[in-house]
Amino acid sequence: MIPIPFSGRVSESCYHHSMNKVRGMDDALAPICDGMRVMVAGFMTVGTPLGLIEALTTRGPRHLTVVCSDAGTPGKGAGMLVDANMVDTFIGSHVGLNPRIGERMAAETMNVHLVPQGTLAERIRCAGAGLGGFFTPTGAGTEWAEGKECRTINGKSYVFENPLPGDVALIRAHRADASGNCIFRKSARNFNPLMAMACQYVVVEADIVEEHPLDPDQVMLPGVFVDAVVHRKEMAHGC
Amino acid sequence: MDAKAAIARRIAMELHDGQLVNLGIGLPTMVADYLPEGVEILLQSENGFVGLGPSPQEGEIDEDLINAGAQSATILDGGCFFDSATSFAIIRGGRLDVTVLGTLEVDEEGNIANYIIPGKIVPGMGGAMDLCAGAQRVVVATTHCDRRGNPKILQRCRLPLTARGEADLIVTELAVIERQGGKLVLVERAPEVSVEEILQKTEATLEVPSEVAVRSF
Repeated sequence: MIPIPFSGRVSESCYHHSMNKVRGMDDALAPICDGMRVMVAGFMTVGTPLGLIEALTTRGPRHLTVVCSDAGTPGKGAGMLVDANMVDTFIGSHVGLNPRIGERMAAETMNVHLVPQGTLAERIRCAGAGLGGFFTPTGAGTEWAEGKECRTINGKSYVFENPLPGDVALIRAHRADASGNCIFRKSARNFNPLMAMACQYVVVEADIVEEHPLDPDQVMLPGVFVDAVVHRKEMAHGC
Repeated sequence: MDAKAAIARRIAMELHDGQLVNLGIGLPTMVADYLPEGVEILLQSENGFVGLGPSPQEGEIDEDLINAGAQSATILDGGCFFDSATSFAIIRGGRLDVTVLGTLEVDEEGNIANYIIPGKIVPGMGGAMDLCAGAQRVVVATTHCDRRGNPKILQRCRLPLTARGEADLIVTELAVIERQGGKLVLVERAPEVSVEEILQKTEATLEVPSEVAVRSF
């Protein structure tokens, strides 16, 4: 299997150790540099932090590896980073609704690694949970399993999959508090909590930044996984 | 009744009250419109919820609520949302009773090829490989032949496989074919078609029992 770059270069100084994690856009995106592996949450742009992505395109880090469930649609979601020529490698489960990705695949100007969606989710979860991989029945006995460790467990065929960590996660929450605790809304949750747990530096774009702490019983992503919270309203002012 | 409606209606007859079901994009989605009276099922949407309801009315569209086909959706009372890892735990962990999906090819060994035509169509597999490997029962919804009239039920799939040996039931506009003991058995035909015609339009070897049921509509 071709190794996919993972810089691990988010330096200690990038981390905000302050208890109040609410940041301005420039501050929040400053640690993102060339060559990093950036996870973009969301499914078909639902649950995708569109404001963070737009602001990132103006900052323009290059040679990124982007991990996203799908390539979104042209001009929206992770596809925006591709359009801005910031992406060398795309890892996702579906790119069919963004023809611009297909063009780049055909022209070989971008590497595309397609991964079954459940395997992608679990590889990310695994990285966040500090595990070294897992055996899944998905793809057993198909071309997908070729070159991978296969094992029969209780009479059933399984394929070994590696964890997939990231440098940076771009997350969208409905509500967040200053501690970074997040609540997601409806089907916008999808990859958000998983990617936040799997990355070294995590930025949340929140529709609402609560003045008071969220009810601890309602929190879906613990703030310990979050480094910066940007209020969606802030994005209207440009960055 | 057109071919797709016939396939959807016939598959709906395979679903039982209380089952958790995932319907693929396109034709499989139509199955929900044909559920027999008294049969209530719970639909899973692999992007992260169970309790998928009908399309929203205009004015009731919520931009945070879509189905796995990226269309605006609704959630029924009793449904709930979860993250993608939980969603695929439901699928692989044995909770999903049935998945219904379309295919490019399916073969005698129950192999399914539905996600890639190398060099032509490379959209990605999405959740299809997980759904085939994980669901308790895999129902393939497909027209009997492709647009050029070539059989889609083959001796061996030629395209890269989505899943090996996972197809349990194949429903076409002409026939219902079940995988029993590692073989494909013709269990039902449409009223307007003969067994001979089905065999002629099928590349795979089909077992033909002495009695082949006739579809009831």
